[in-house]
Amino acid sequence: MTGLLSLTTFAPLVGVAVLLAVRTIKGDSAATDALAKWIALATTLVTFALSILLVAQFDAKNPGFQFVEDVAWFAGLHYRMGVDGISILFVLLTAFLLPICILASWTSIEKRVVEYLIAFLVLETLVIGVFCALDLILFYLFFEGGLVPMFLIIGIWGGKRRIYAAYKFFLYTLLGSVLMLAAILAMISISGTSSISELMSFKFAPWLQTWLWLAFFASFAVKMPMWPVHTWLPDAHVEAPTAGSVILAGILLKMGGYGFMRFSLPMFPNASEMFQPLVFAMSAIAIVYTSLVAFRQTDIKKLIAYSSVAHMGFVTMGIFSGNAAGEQGAIFQMLSHGVISGALFLCVGVVYDRMHTREIAFYGGLTNRMPLYAATFLLFTMGNVGLPGTSGFVGEILTMTGTYQASTWTAIVAASGVILSAMYALTLYRRVMFGEIVNPELKTITDLDKREILIFAPLIVSTLVLGVYPNFVFNLTASSVDALVGAWRAAVGG
Amino acid sequence: MTFSANLSLVLPEVILAGSALALLVWGAFQGKASPAFTLASVLALLAAAFAAVVGPHGHAFNGAYSADAASTYAKVAIFISSAVGIVLGDRWLAQRGDQKFEYAVLIILAALGMGVTVSAGDLISLYIGVELQSLALYVLAAFRRDDAKASEAGLKYFVLGALSSGLLLYGSSLIYGFAGSTRFTDIAAAAHGTHGVGLLFGLIFLICGLAFKVSAAPFHMWTPDVYEGAPTPVVGFFAAAPKLAAMMMFARVLGDAFPDSVGQWRQVLVIAALISVFVGAFAGLAQTNLKRLWAYSSIANVGYALLGVATGGETGLHAMLVFMILYMVDVTGFFACLQALSRDGKPMETVEDIAGLIKERPGIALAMTAFSLSALGLPPFSGFWSKFYVFKAALGTGDVLMQTAAVLGLVGSVVGAFYYLRLIKSMWFDASKGSVDAPAPAARAVGFAAALFAFPVVLFALVWLAPAAKAAAAAFGHA
Repeated sequence: MTGLLSLTTFAPLVGVAVLLAVRTIKGDSAATDALAKWIALATTLVTFALSILLVAQFDAKNPGFQFVEDVAWFAGLHYRMGVDGISILFVLLTAFLLPICILASWTSIEKRVVEYLIAFLVLETLVIGVFCALDLILFYLFFEGGLVPMFLIIGIWGGKRRIYAAYKFFLYTLLGSVLMLAAILAMISISGTSSISELMSFKFAPWLQTWLWLAFFASFAVKMPMWPVHTWLPDAHVEAPTAGSVILAGILLKMGGYGFMRFSLPMFPNASEMFQPLVFAMSAIAIVYTSLVAFRQTDIKKLIAYSSVAHMGFVTMGIFSGNAAGEQGAIFQMLSHGVISGALFLCVGVVYDRMHTREIAFYGGLTNRMPLYAATFLLFTMGNVGLPGTSGFVGEILTMTGTYQASTWTAIVAASGVILSAMYALTLYRRVMFGEIVNPELKTITDLDKREILIFAPLIVSTLVLGVYPNFVFNLTASSVDALVGAWRAAVGG
Repeated sequence: MTFSANLSLVLPEVILAGSALALLVWGAFQGKASPAFTLASVLALLAAAFAAVVGPHGHAFNGAYSADAASTYAKVAIFISSAVGIVLGDRWLAQRGDQKFEYAVLIILAALGMGVTVSAGDLISLYIGVELQSLALYVLAAFRRDDAKASEAGLKYFVLGALSSGLLLYGSSLIYGFAGSTRFTDIAAAAHGTHGVGLLFGLIFLICGLAFKVSAAPFHMWTPDVYEGAPTPVVGFFAAAPKLAAMMMFARVLGDAFPDSVGQWRQVLVIAALISVFVGAFAGLAQTNLKRLWAYSSIANVGYALLGVATGGETGLHAMLVFMILYMVDVTGFFACLQALSRDGKPMETVEDIAGLIKERPGIALAMTAFSLSALGLPPFSGFWSKFYVFKAALGTGDVLMQTAAVLGLVGSVVGAFYYLRLIKSMWFDASKGSVDAPAPAARAVGFAAALFAFPVVLFALVWLAPAAKAAAAAFGHA
């Protein structure tokens, strides 16, 4: 069905229009805020339903782009949309996490609720657009546009150092992106087309590939984020409101990995091969170094933020291994991390909403008062560590298998990351959950309420389902990944 | 060519000159500007724009004046922008109970000067146009003559502007001396193939003089002071139309008179463009006054437009023409918003003044956010598209100098991003400083219209604006 993709992408904007209308008619009041939340939730649920419809109609056998829409615009640009096996699941992930974000903000956001919801809905459109755009400029439009709502989310509803964090997030990402813009414009000038599918088969001269690859790398490495340009992430995460962290870790980081698979690998295969050792080195350093940094954190959210950087190391490693196992593993790891890290940030949000602190030392012995919460947190901690049976395991083992074929040493170093992640994650769990309650303020803390259970239930189910039945993902991605790997092998002659 | 045929080509200027004189007489009898007077002056400008569109193309007065697609394109934009300037200025003066009729007359005279400049086919007509435009603008800058800052702005503008006119004249006389003619076509013929150092020397002087007029670094020093001192609607006017006129002068002189020396003037322009981008970006960081901040922003933006000119040829000039229109809308809108804002009767001047504006005046705050994001070059706002055209042209040249300059220019835009973000931070994140006066309706309407153009209208407007600019760019080099 043509138009379904645009419908999914722009459905949240309909919600924005309704919110604006309601706000104008009913004025700024508590009743408006309550109604606005329901409207936003309904919008995100409809979008989620549309994305499920998209997956249901998706032909997994076809490695090419589907649901393609193409309308000529100006300056030779086109409004081109389409999804393939690599991108469709990110659309699903985005649409899946957004209702959870709205629910998670249900009580914790008290000021400027309507604006907050609008920011999230606009962000949803832009993020889905990133994964669906098949025109370079359209892609850049969505990719960069996402900075503004996130800047506002961190800057208005964030913590104490929110303004510093918001600036840092924006400027870091912008610097990477303008270099990518230069590369995009050069590509359009040289090839004469801005169509992503045409550019995939366009052969850029190897020396040119090097420059273009570096420019794209600057953008995606910051977004991912890779060591050593990851330093904006802990700040942004710590200061962002809970739902902001969820969307940042769950979806925005994935735009980097997606970009590598969509642009760097197919369009600059020779450069990707040339820079493979660099990416492997940076990934290995990220895995070991940021795991150690995470271990030393005193703030729960910061710890999880650093663990995200480590987990993204597995993803970059898998992508540039250039074989099917690595690519499949990278996609899977991104999806799984989207669910698990999102859930972990929500777990932090649960205690933060009650106690308004994220200091690890403040907590201890929560199992006594919050058994449901403890069980939930345990499941996601295990997922983060990569315990078999959870989705975290599948991604890590596959990326490491893929990397082992490309570079044994990188895989060996990366494997130590599994142990390190167990070290920091289990230590965190022990210090927050086990023991007796010593802090008198914790004596009255309450367990998960119905809304919170409702938030966690879908995340728990998807973590476990993906862990025991990963074929759901592989069935959808296999043919596109095979095509990607095949094209890469043909180009580098391996 | 008969005299009447010549006149039919210069009809827009004839309309403006005639109505400026008529209005001057009317005003002198009436003493003050009335609504009918303002309406008449706006209609005169619109009539001139209409005449430019429907009028014939060709060369008048032995090639001293040329009406072509490029001049039409620029004139329509300049005349409409001048009409907006009259409306905003009239409202601003009405608020102060001091509706001097000279305001509208001066803007029409400036528009007349600009019209002559963009059609110039000869160094003399170019100079006449520039001077007419500049003299009107000097007076406008000092229009609040009881205000010390405005007088300072006018004087500074005049002294530095006179210096730049001197440079321009000296360059022109050198060129005349070495080429034997002031006509662009003759100069182009003289500069064809091998040409002497003398001609280039004159060209450099000419470029310096023009750089003054567009406020490109290192000739930008007057801009922040003049922006700060001059009345807000005047700033909104001369940050827009005269910039386009001056850019057109660059295009005329370089594209019509020196098309073969592109290798020479490109180096000069690239350096001026890059210095402008970085001066605009870094110096803007330290500003707290909104008008000074936007002055540095305009310096940076002129740098981008100059990159388009430096690229040369049809693609480069096409990019510059699109860039300038989008920029004009942005800057007009921003100053209209600024004009609409006041607290307890005092205009808002600093970044702190607009703190928490999103709560007090959400509409204006949203519009100003759109202009900031647009100036930052963030998609999908119009500023992104203007940069898109310029950098695409620069990167598509295959010239390493241009490509390096484009990448550096993009990096410079990230530095500048910081101060645009500071505006947004002030409006959205900071606590409000108390209630804001009811905005002036006309200024607010212009601000909103410009904001809607910045997004989303631009996405559809470019569909016809870009081809129009392309046709205009194709007209250069055939003088």
